[in-house]
Amino acid sequence: MSTSLIAAPVLLPVLAGTATLLFRLRRRAVGAVISVASCAGLLVIAALLMARTYGADPQAYALGNWPAPFGIVLVLDQLSALMLVLTALLALAVAVHAVLTGLDRKGWHFHALFQFQLLGVNGAFLTGDLFNLFVFFEVFLIASYGLMLHGQGAKRLTAGVQYVIINLVGSSVFLVALGLLYGITGTLNMADMAVRAAALPAGDRGILQAGAFLLIMVFALKAALVPLHFWLPRTYANTAPAVAAMFAIMTKVGAYSIIRTATLIFGDEAGAFLLPAALATMVLGYAGMLAARQLRDMAAFGLLGSTATLLAAIALFDEAAMTAALYYMLHTTLAASLLFLLVDLVIRWRAVEGAEIVPTPAYKGKVALGVLFFITAIGFAGLPPLSGFIGKLLILAAATPAPLAPTIWGVILVTSLMGIIALARAGSSLFWKADASPPIPASRPAPDYTEAAPTMGLIALLVVLAAAAGPITAYAQSTAAQLFAPQGYISAVLGDNHGSAAP
Amino acid sequence: MISMEFLIASAIGVLTAAGIYLALRGRTFPVVLGLAMLSYAINLFLFAIGRLAVNQPPIYEKGLEQFSDPLPQALVLTAIVISFGMTALIVVLALRSYLETGTDQVDGTPDDDSDEEARP
Repeated sequence: MSTSLIAAPVLLPVLAGTATLLFRLRRRAVGAVISVASCAGLLVIAALLMARTYGADPQAYALGNWPAPFGIVLVLDQLSALMLVLTALLALAVAVHAVLTGLDRKGWHFHALFQFQLLGVNGAFLTGDLFNLFVFFEVFLIASYGLMLHGQGAKRLTAGVQYVIINLVGSSVFLVALGLLYGITGTLNMADMAVRAAALPAGDRGILQAGAFLLIMVFALKAALVPLHFWLPRTYANTAPAVAAMFAIMTKVGAYSIIRTATLIFGDEAGAFLLPAALATMVLGYAGMLAARQLRDMAAFGLLGSTATLLAAIALFDEAAMTAALYYMLHTTLAASLLFLLVDLVIRWRAVEGAEIVPTPAYKGKVALGVLFFITAIGFAGLPPLSGFIGKLLILAAATPAPLAPTIWGVILVTSLMGIIALARAGSSLFWKADASPPIPASRPAPDYTEAAPTMGLIALLVVLAAAAGPITAYAQSTAAQLFAPQGYISAVLGDNHGSAAP
Repeated sequence: MISMEFLIASAIGVLTAAGIYLALRGRTFPVVLGLAMLSYAINLFLFAIGRLAVNQPPIYEKGLEQFSDPLPQALVLTAIVISFGMTALIVVLALRSYLETGTDQVDGTPDDDSDEEARP
């Protein structure tokens, strides 16, 4: 196989997204089939790429065959492959859910926007060029603006305007950071920048650090770290829950970009503020879960808190912590999406009360929904036997040698408890408490049980993640080792001599 | 004599300051203007990262010692296209949001009725 397969995760969604536009008004089922098939195809491609890269050196694909520091390269290493597989799994579940629940028929362009978002996310995971990373960020953000507003409504529009504004400001800061980094190193290729940044004279290091700080700040905005988190709960709670389930990957793009640039170019000094910010975000996120009066807010704050747990592990910045972080990244992305999909099911099957956390008279499917909620809550809160428990255990073990270990342990354990209490309280009000008020004489349609299939698929994935924790942590460990030896990445892009061009 | 560096730097600074001030306003129209100002400031800044120089050939040729860096200009072009598209989007969104919610406040809180007659 040649290296051109590396470009496939970027190309397939473009073609599929464009093709779905042909079936906008009539035969929309064909568009849905194309979209789901594209997600399945992405999963196959990502699995192939992962099998190819496991234990091997990173591979680069030069777009247009322009040599590395001048042209744009796509680089596949174990981290990119892992993120591609995760994205494809998530996309497949969300696409099937959207089709089954009819969300894609509430507007015109759902599948096209969905595929273009996949294009941007996959591109961001693969690219080896900082400016190209900016462009892919814009691509998935523009698609996400459309998806976020999908279905319309006044509240969604207000939240949408805020979401677009905050991201436009974020993009401006991204460009300033890129400008500083280009001005000081004379390159935008990440591998080339790593070589040149290491060789910078001491007098120029301040500007490099300023650029690095701004860049990490933009990624922290995407990952919604305190104090840059204000946009997330409002956006995610006001969009359609299935769309929010897909957006769970966007915070991880921020996390991925931090891992990539910190290990390759900047080193850990760039992220000195990450750990305290992540700990504060965890407390805030799980406190928000406790305070939430409706399920969408609870899921949004849960996503905030669990992404912050991930960033706390990344901020520890050593191999063991990175292994834990990668395992936890798989878990938290799937679990957060699962929670959003389940919230959508609750809203749909109850039919009357919406997302409010209030007792409900008996309705069809209540018991099944209760069981699903119970399993989801166990997975999300990090209780055994599902994968969250293993992920948090790995993070706690990796944090033990750190100077701030008691604080980290305390925050992780207390916030987990807060999450458990919030989910238990919500679950008991929703499914357990008898509703004292007389039943509302509204017709509750019998739920369509097939709608639960993607939710159950995600639960199955959490089970697999827990059952196959051994091989998966082995992969994460080898990925972490590769990340902390960036020499392989650099020589894959620039060739063995790393003859970087004359400045 | 005012140097070119001073002119460019102060222009970027003034544009950024105006942009940030406007972006922090409560209504969508000033915010959109603020975002536009910010993007102008960024474009100027990106131009300046190729170093300021006059009377130099725009692109490298064999044997040339001094030439201006063409890459920032390509970056600025991309940035202009993206920010132009995004400005158009935010204008449309702001309009839709105003028409659906009846207020042009960014946080969506309704106006008090002091300017009631201005609305349809």
